[in-house]
Amino acid sequence: MTTRPLTLATTLIRANARQYGMAVALVAIIVLFQILTGGLLLTPLNVTNLIMQNSYILILAIGMMLVIVTGHIDLSVGSVVAFTGAVSAIMLTSWGLPTVVVVPAALLLGALIGAWQGFWVAYVRVPAFIVTLAGMLVFRGATLAVLGGESIAPLPTSLRNMASGFLPDVEVLGLHLPTLLLGAAGAAAVVWIQWRSRARDLRHELPTAPTAVTVLVSAVTAVVIMVFAYVLAQYNGLPLVGLLLVALIAGYSFVMRSTTAGRRVYAVGGSEQAAALSGIRTRRTTFWVFVNMGVLSALAGLVFTGRLNAATPGAGTMFELDAIAAAFIGGASAAGGVGTVVGAVVGALVMGVLNNGMSLIGLGVDWQQLIKGLVLLLAVAFDIYNKRRVTVGRTLDVRPPGGTARGAGPKADDPSPSGEGGVRAGP
Amino acid sequence: MSETQTRPAPTGRPLLLMRDIRKEFPGVRALDGVSLSVGHGSVHALMGENGAGKSTLMKVLSGVHPAGSYDGEILVDGDPCAFAGVADSERAGIAIIHQELALVPQLSVGENIFLGHERARRGVVDWGATHAEARALLRRVGLDEAPTTPVSALSVGAQQLVEIAKALAKRVRLLILDEPTSALTEVESDRLLDLLLGLRDEGVTCILISHKLGEVVRVSDEITILRDGRAVETLAVERGEDGTPSVDEDRIIRGMVGRDLDQRYPERVGEIGGTRFEVRDWTVAHPTQPGRLMVDGVGLTVRRGEVVGLAGLMGAGRTEFAMNLFGRSYGRRVRGSLTKDGEELDTGTVAAAIRGGVAYVPEDRKTLGLILDDDIRHNTTMAALDRVSSRGVLDPGLEAVEAARMSERMRVRSHGTTQAVRTLSGGNQQKVVLGKWLFTRPELLILDEPTRGIDVGAKYEIYLIVRRLAAEGACVLFISSELPELLGMCDRILTLCEGRITGEVPGEEADQETLMRLMTRTGDQDRTDPRSPR
Repeated sequence: MTTRPLTLATTLIRANARQYGMAVALVAIIVLFQILTGGLLLTPLNVTNLIMQNSYILILAIGMMLVIVTGHIDLSVGSVVAFTGAVSAIMLTSWGLPTVVVVPAALLLGALIGAWQGFWVAYVRVPAFIVTLAGMLVFRGATLAVLGGESIAPLPTSLRNMASGFLPDVEVLGLHLPTLLLGAAGAAAVVWIQWRSRARDLRHELPTAPTAVTVLVSAVTAVVIMVFAYVLAQYNGLPLVGLLLVALIAGYSFVMRSTTAGRRVYAVGGSEQAAALSGIRTRRTTFWVFVNMGVLSALAGLVFTGRLNAATPGAGTMFELDAIAAAFIGGASAAGGVGTVVGAVVGALVMGVLNNGMSLIGLGVDWQQLIKGLVLLLAVAFDIYNKRRVTVGRTLDVRPPGGTARGAGPKADDPSPSGEGGVRAGP
Repeated sequence: MSETQTRPAPTGRPLLLMRDIRKEFPGVRALDGVSLSVGHGSVHALMGENGAGKSTLMKVLSGVHPAGSYDGEILVDGDPCAFAGVADSERAGIAIIHQELALVPQLSVGENIFLGHERARRGVVDWGATHAEARALLRRVGLDEAPTTPVSALSVGAQQLVEIAKALAKRVRLLILDEPTSALTEVESDRLLDLLLGLRDEGVTCILISHKLGEVVRVSDEITILRDGRAVETLAVERGEDGTPSVDEDRIIRGMVGRDLDQRYPERVGEIGGTRFEVRDWTVAHPTQPGRLMVDGVGLTVRRGEVVGLAGLMGAGRTEFAMNLFGRSYGRRVRGSLTKDGEELDTGTVAAAIRGGVAYVPEDRKTLGLILDDDIRHNTTMAALDRVSSRGVLDPGLEAVEAARMSERMRVRSHGTTQAVRTLSGGNQQKVVLGKWLFTRPELLILDEPTRGIDVGAKYEIYLIVRRLAAEGACVLFISSELPELLGMCDRILTLCEGRITGEVPGEEADQETLMRLMTRTGDQDRTDPRSPR
């Protein structure tokens, strides 16, 4: 059994191959376009643009990940972005309401929209595909109706500042000091979390990566964060939207990984029946996941409208597809129960860098769509291929420690009556 | 033995000869030189614990593992065969019926029987021929159903017969059945086994994989026992004048585990105390047909430290009762009350039931008990997340410790608690489900077919766990279709028929005949029909 730590490490890597794989792919894409654009991609200005351009997709991708984890889909987010943006613009301009009132009102509107869709999906049990396809039409129509087919522009500066503003500036040697400090704090926090959870895993004899690997991972993440902060500090510093994103990513990661609420979302997606029989209120969980998606759609609507400085009838078209693609590229499983927030972010960044890079080198929209489509397909195919390999490998690795071969080996013999004439659970 | 064989049997030459079959998966030798010889017109049982290699051997034979992926020879009627896939083996007259039935529920019986080789002329289905032939096949397997009945309307037992009819339609010579009776009631099992004997006499050879020793002894002509990827022995079963077989169950167990298993059920220990849980007049209506009572006025008591058995045929309402009691997970309650220590207990939702100290281990562990893709740790804590969290925030360290402790207590064989439960064997999965429910600290544990489809060794371990729980003072309600198991494990057995309690027998005094009689007390013709009332 001397090889066991090694096999365990490879199993660990294999099991996470999707996430590592996509992170590696993201780096490769960045390097590729950095070369192709002759260094334009990673200029401080362009990195800032990248964040701004992709912020709303990132926000949507986080919510979409939760929806997909529960085993559903939301096709309506693009239309909801447009509708909440339009209503916000009307509240700001026609009604003259202040931004501090409009922002919560818009988020509440998003929550109501989410509750509407969640009601049909969770309680009436209409498939989410149908409910949100209907929502896509309904809210697009509602957008056209409230805007009367015309755009509203310009918008008050307060909303614009929220969507395209930066952290207040304190300049040192031509660099944006708050950004650098935030970067350092962020890097320290991430490293601290990594080592704390490693220490915990060690204490409880859970499988852990070798020390060298953790050191390497910590070093790389810290350096990446610092470089990122340094690049941004050369321009205007961290955009406010960037700060919002960091908060969302950290918050949602925490909820999904470390709270009972997050665990319940995974359980409902993993097996709704098993979750129901474990005392989890599956319908309520599904309902709240859709409410959450609505709120995040409204947030994305505010950011998008603010950045565009206009509410337009066509806003948000195809956003749903970008968000869904990001979630799947980031490792979500269409069957539900699998997916991480960080994965969705990586997926969204892959799409975002592809978009931005291809635009920079002057590739047409035709090629952009084509390439993005193939990337999505390949990413998911890689995942399925990899999962099959991991399952086989893991199954056969299993040997009871120090025991006989009983209960181990290929689990071909596992008899599993999948059905009985009698009763199935119907929650 | 018979004239109806598709090809005359050359005397002395077996129908099937598998010689020195070796099959390796990365890291594991699943089959280590297995040889198997199956004679014409016989029933050949394949026995062995989970992981012994039975299914792998049958997958090699049926072409699921194609030629080239294993070493060794397969001879059918003396001709060497190299099957590239299932279609090849079917052409050679070999058909396998898996546990998970391969029928399309929405299609009719006739359509299913001829699925893939439709009775058709230039792509146009000949419904006349389809139905006529299907009717003949259904008569042959003894199933009284119209060919137009949708498969979804049939019980599992009847579906099993449709599967056999489907195999017969392909002019099968060698029929492989993988655990065919695991989801059947005793009556249905008996019919199926009689059918196998009938088919054998018509010249159809059967290979039977089963964990049920009684049925294997009853129908087999030969029994091959596999252990750790090797065929350890083949026993020929001779039947005496009075039909007594020359091989008994203990002999087979000895071969399977490689040692004598002196006891199949652990000793009763501990004292039985006073009444803790009492169910009165529990009545449950069908979820969509409000007038139809699935459980009718069930009353029972469970005392401290007592294991109470619940016996009944399929459709008797055992699972319906248990699931309705547990948070109304099935149907609608019409009336009835549950008391714990004399006080009314609310089990209106699953969460309330768990809080009240009730736990239900469902019969279908894969879809109702576990999240297969998740690991042991998360599955263990799923029903009691509050025990490993405070104010909604999980404590991963505590969770890991608790899951490891439970896993050890249940003797789950695994790499560790981060292993996905999908990759565990059936017995170990069942132990994880048990652990998950014990983690909720239940006072009333309802077990629904807790040992279905798991091997002898794991069964014994589960019995031990149940015994220990009872000795610690827990109340156990034990639902099972296997009467010997109920007799071996329960202090008291209640019988259920058509939703009503029809009898109560103390464990020591009961025997299978008594139970069977009580389970069929309102026994009209309907009872023996494989189509259970749904």
